[in-house]
Amino acid sequence: MKKYSVPALLTTFALCTVVAAYFEIIDLYVQTIIMFIGVNIILSSSFNIINGYMGEFACGHAGFMAVGAYVTSILNVMFFTSSKTFGDPIFSPELALWFFPVTMIIGGVAAAITGLLVAIPSFKTRDDYLAIITLAANFIIVSLFINMDSLGGARGFMGMKQIVFAMEDVAFLPWMLIWTFVFTYFVVFLIRRFVSSTYGKGIIAIHQDEIAAEIMSVNTNKMKLVAFMFSSGLAGIAGGLFAHILGYINPNSFNILKSTECLVMVYLGGMGSLSGSIIAAILFTLLIEMLRFIIPAADTLIHLIPLVPDTFHLSQVLKWVIIPLILVILMQFRPEGIMGNRELSDFFPKLKKYYEFK
Amino acid sequence: MALLKIEGLSQMFGGLTAVSDFKTEFQGNELMGLIGPNGAGKTTVFNIVSGFYKPTQGQIIFKDRAINGLKPHKVTGMGVARTFQNIRLWHDMSLLDNILISQHYNLGYNLFDLFTRNKRYIENEKRMKHIAMQLLEQLDLIQFIDERPKNLPYGIQRKIEIARALSVKPSLLLLDEPAAGLNSSDIQDLIKLIRWIHKEFDIAIWMIEHQMAVVMSLCSWIQVIDFGKTIAQGTPEEIQSNPAVIKAYLGDDKI
Amino acid sequence: MLDSIIQNLFNALQWGSFYSLIALGYTLVYGVLRLINFAHGDIFMVGAYIAYFIAIFLFKGSLSLSGGLTLALVIPLTMILTAMFGVTLERIAYRPLRRKGANRLYVVITALMCGLILENGNLAFLGASRKSFPELIDKVVYNFGMISMTNLKIGVIISSIIVYFILNAIISKTKIGMAMRAISYDKFAIPLMGIPIDTIIVFTFILGSSLAGLAGILFAMSYPILDPFMGAIIGWKAFIAAVVGGIGDIKGAFVGGFLLGIVEILVVAVFPSTFRDLIAFSILLIILVIKPTGLFGVAKSTKI
Repeated sequence: MKKYSVPALLTTFALCTVVAAYFEIIDLYVQTIIMFIGVNIILSSSFNIINGYMGEFACGHAGFMAVGAYVTSILNVMFFTSSKTFGDPIFSPELALWFFPVTMIIGGVAAAITGLLVAIPSFKTRDDYLAIITLAANFIIVSLFINMDSLGGARGFMGMKQIVFAMEDVAFLPWMLIWTFVFTYFVVFLIRRFVSSTYGKGIIAIHQDEIAAEIMSVNTNKMKLVAFMFSSGLAGIAGGLFAHILGYINPNSFNILKSTECLVMVYLGGMGSLSGSIIAAILFTLLIEMLRFIIPAADTLIHLIPLVPDTFHLSQVLKWVIIPLILVILMQFRPEGIMGNRELSDFFPKLKKYYEFK
Repeated sequence: MALLKIEGLSQMFGGLTAVSDFKTEFQGNELMGLIGPNGAGKTTVFNIVSGFYKPTQGQIIFKDRAINGLKPHKVTGMGVARTFQNIRLWHDMSLLDNILISQHYNLGYNLFDLFTRNKRYIENEKRMKHIAMQLLEQLDLIQFIDERPKNLPYGIQRKIEIARALSVKPSLLLLDEPAAGLNSSDIQDLIKLIRWIHKEFDIAIWMIEHQMAVVMSLCSWIQVIDFGKTIAQGTPEEIQSNPAVIKAYLGDDKI
Repeated sequence: MLDSIIQNLFNALQWGSFYSLIALGYTLVYGVLRLINFAHGDIFMVGAYIAYFIAIFLFKGSLSLSGGLTLALVIPLTMILTAMFGVTLERIAYRPLRRKGANRLYVVITALMCGLILENGNLAFLGASRKSFPELIDKVVYNFGMISMTNLKIGVIISSIIVYFILNAIISKTKIGMAMRAISYDKFAIPLMGIPIDTIIVFTFILGSSLAGLAGILFAMSYPILDPFMGAIIGWKAFIAAVVGGIGDIKGAFVGGFLLGIVEILVVAVFPSTFRDLIAFSILLIILVIKPTGLFGVAKSTKI
């Protein structure tokens, strides 16, 4: 019974959301927020493998996301739509629905292979030197896409909306919402299985004492390779989803700022806590969306004070002042993040009675 | 055939010779000591044997295979386990995890099994947990199974580190100053523990130790090094009366 | 051909000077605190804005001083104010965390967040309209054959070199400089030796931030358009330059900054300018892979 409680709960939630979306009880905006929460959960929990469990300080996660986004988008656009870049579809557009997971996974694999770019230097380097390598890798990947004129260069790449339409032609359902649920669950389960196994705990051992790990028969180089490739592959999956939710991508949406968002979510949630990452991703996405409404409201509010000049307005930019400020203040009071390195069931031991999450 | 045979081992760091022309031999299950003043190169010898340094010169044959230049995890997988001068446990993981992770040499499943949680994965995880529990039971550590090592007393931490080393089923156990930082009653327990391990597991033990009481009461054969060179070897009685050893430890008395 | 190479090299030296000045600040703070002060690029931005406001006030305002006199006042005032700004940041954001013994990475993240606050706070309150820095000194162009140099560019290069030698003297000759180096070896022994660790850290931030302030003035004079994000990219890049030189090492930061400047300018001279980041970072990545501790960095051996 315990074994099925979490999957049952999650499936019910997903089904309710999809049904609500189908009957237009929740509008497109709410759906988009839910989908972005999913993407952010994938990003933060996969980044947590490196920055939390393994304790490295990588800061180029968005680069791998970009690889996944581009590869998946290119494959889908090439195979299933007629576009200026690639000409007529190679396969019938109806197949898009069935091959979507395949192209997503290919995107993930491509991102995982790009992960080698940082995995191999990590054998010899740690700490801040590795941070720079990941940072440089992020810069390199983004400017590589900027320089690929056939893929739109800095203007970006589009046509993914066509894929979504093609899927809707097969059956009129909110497909991207469904795929987001499927992939988010899939990723979280994979990570959970990885870090709770004896094999996966090897990366925690590397975090706590690399020399001891090596001497106690952990193949540290191989573990690092696996961890980096796993993490960047999952980021690639997040990228593929992101591209199809938005319908277009451009290289600059995967720059350092995006990587910074990933960092914020990981450290907000707590290093080495999967539930922390998920909570942080949800809070972070909701906060950004809430500020979209709070800032104009606050703006009208302060103009009730006669002293405030009419020309002065609170802009949406303040969002990026308020969020870092919250994080800075949080760090002062709870420097280990929301969850530290513990999981939900460590905080509420009674929960263990009701679920078993493996 | 000898278990471990080291010949002509030398290690240079830049211009400094840390170990020169070191040799030793383990037949089967001896308990040997390696002593010498601070900075004599004792830990360097252990670091070479366990694979952290690649020796400048020399041969290390373990179970008929040259292991010099092999990565530490490979060496450990072949049956050489060690402990450290300053305890190196994974302080923020439970004791059980500390022992379990040391089973990496013998996981018995791959990533595919892990992600699908198939029968092979479950059986191997069970097997490893069984090994760990059995070992903790044997060493009387079972009551700390869920504790994190950082919360346990120093003496227990030492014992855990030895337990962790034993969990890879070694045929040679290297102990680097196991008595460092222990008080006299802990030391008595340690001596008993090492003697018991030596008998119970029937393995070769090679220890570096400054506490003469420990070395003299445990080891059957002692090798003394100073400035990387072997200056004496023999039984505890021979070493105690060896003038070269006394000179290395206490200095020349002709001042 | 040779002329154009020399011309490019000269431009590269000027461009590298900015990287060097900022990289020096990174490396100073890193050497003492082992903290990547990600807000440092934005301290540079703040320095440029402070210089702008002072210059406008003195030059264009009711005082309307002469350009030369304004510059003579702008430089020390900006350096002092930027230094105060840097110290305040340390005081309110980093020090409490350090006192609590928080994980080093959390301090780094705090620094990153402070950088974002500065950039976006500036954008939100000063508006998106770009500020243009007044021309304080007349531009003089010297021509040597095909090579042209301006007094400003020469000034930038010379100031960065002078700053390096002054800094080097402070680090290696003075007592406080020795204490700074000592902290990087063993931060636990320092308080035990009776050296006030907080004083040293404040001094480090004063040095680093005033250099960023100086870089801000020089940058604003050379490229007189200011915008809130000017410090972000140049800051990240200067940090990379510091690491390539070997972070924590003054000489490394200085050389690394010039190296990055030269690589960038030469890449642009040969390839389309969009290739600049791609090739420059690939080269730096290769350097780091070959020599993981940077050009002048020393590998720290861990005792087993």
